[in-house]
Amino acid sequence: MLEHLELFFKSIFIDNMVFAVFLGMCSYLAVSKKVATAVGLGAAVIFVLAVTVPLNWLLDQYLLRDGALAWLGPEYADYNLGFLSFILFIATIATMVQLVEIVVEKFSPSLYNSLGIFLPLIAVNCAILGGSLFMQARDIPSLGLALNYGISSGIGWFLAILAIAAIREKIRYSNVPPPLRGLGITFIITGLMGIGFQSFGGMLTGDNEPPEDTTPTTVEETEGKERIEEGIEDDEKAVSYNDVINE
Amino acid sequence: MALLSKKDTNLILDPLADNNPITIQVLGICSALAITAELKASLVMAVSVIFVMGVGNVVISLMRNIIPSKIRIIAQLIVVATLVIVVDQVLKAYQYELSKTLSVFVGLIITNCIIMGRFEAFALGNGVWRSFLDGIGNALGYGVILIIIGFFRELLGSGTLFGIQVLGDPIAKTGLYAIGYENNGFMIIPPAALIVVGIIIWVQRSRNPALVEEN
Repeated sequence: MLEHLELFFKSIFIDNMVFAVFLGMCSYLAVSKKVATAVGLGAAVIFVLAVTVPLNWLLDQYLLRDGALAWLGPEYADYNLGFLSFILFIATIATMVQLVEIVVEKFSPSLYNSLGIFLPLIAVNCAILGGSLFMQARDIPSLGLALNYGISSGIGWFLAILAIAAIREKIRYSNVPPPLRGLGITFIITGLMGIGFQSFGGMLTGDNEPPEDTTPTTVEETEGKERIEEGIEDDEKAVSYNDVINE
Repeated sequence: MALLSKKDTNLILDPLADNNPITIQVLGICSALAITAELKASLVMAVSVIFVMGVGNVVISLMRNIIPSKIRIIAQLIVVATLVIVVDQVLKAYQYELSKTLSVFVGLIITNCIIMGRFEAFALGNGVWRSFLDGIGNALGYGVILIIIGFFRELLGSGTLFGIQVLGDPIAKTGLYAIGYENNGFMIIPPAALIVVGIIIWVQRSRNPALVEEN
């Protein structure tokens, strides 16, 4: 349970997809002009990550990694198909996105209408492939943790795009120097938010050491994180509100 | 240039400045920024993308009449993934340390939006030679930005270029450090890359007001 909690908060805040490793920046920049569309895309990303990361974990565990084919018999134990991971992961993702699109269209037309246009975009969103590749690189030990990782890194991405969309809606009323308008200022704000998120680094376990604390302290810490997280977002927004007021 | 007509030259030169994939088209930011803390990693990344784009555009252009449009995304992804596996294996064989630094970001070339974007927008509708030039041009435009970011981040952040101390020794206090210069640790952390790109965009758009966005 503890390791689930740790991974959950670590993926959302410390290893945030956007601020720590810059994944999914293209759609993050392109679709963050309005909060409503940002929410739609964010939800779709959480959904697809939650499906593809566990699937790719199974593929990695039983097909790709060194000795993964041992379940076929001892003579297969020497195979290492690791070099095929890129092609298999991306094929899984492209297929799953297609499948998810069909299923959602069939069973929940309202959800399909709100996600519809974003789903095909997601196949080439680096956050999705990045989720699977980081899952492999970090040796996530169990299927449950892989699911957790998929969902929580999706939530991290969702938070990031929601925050930047809210800021961009407000910044429209500010007097940004013309050459910085649009793309330039968005980059710089993302950089500043990234610096804010850097402050979460090392909060959970001190360094990258495994947690040895008992459960109560971790709960306190995570609650503290949530408060700080809200505080930071409020600050970010407060800045843009102030700009509006100064105007 | 006898080899290239004027139109073909533009295919290479346009993406370097006024139609740059990163600062103007806003493509391919995803897999690039995290690895620009060192100039060497930026350079290797740029070369890898140039290879994948050049060859990929040629392959897609050759197959453009036989790919059914409904499954073209998957077909494109498979072509890129194959090329990226080649790059990854070569890096692991000859530059093992560097391939550890780049870690998953080599794999993320697959979902680099520039590549898919150019396949969709150019290679599917143009001949082999022009697609090749377009691929090389866009990858160069991407590489140039990457190298500029890598140059400034490594120079200001660590005082080195390609790992060589160009500003003197920070511990022995020689060179610039003798007069009190300090490395800016801020440039090493990931968010600095975003701010550097923001500044590049600022400079570029100040020089060419036609590129300024409405808001």
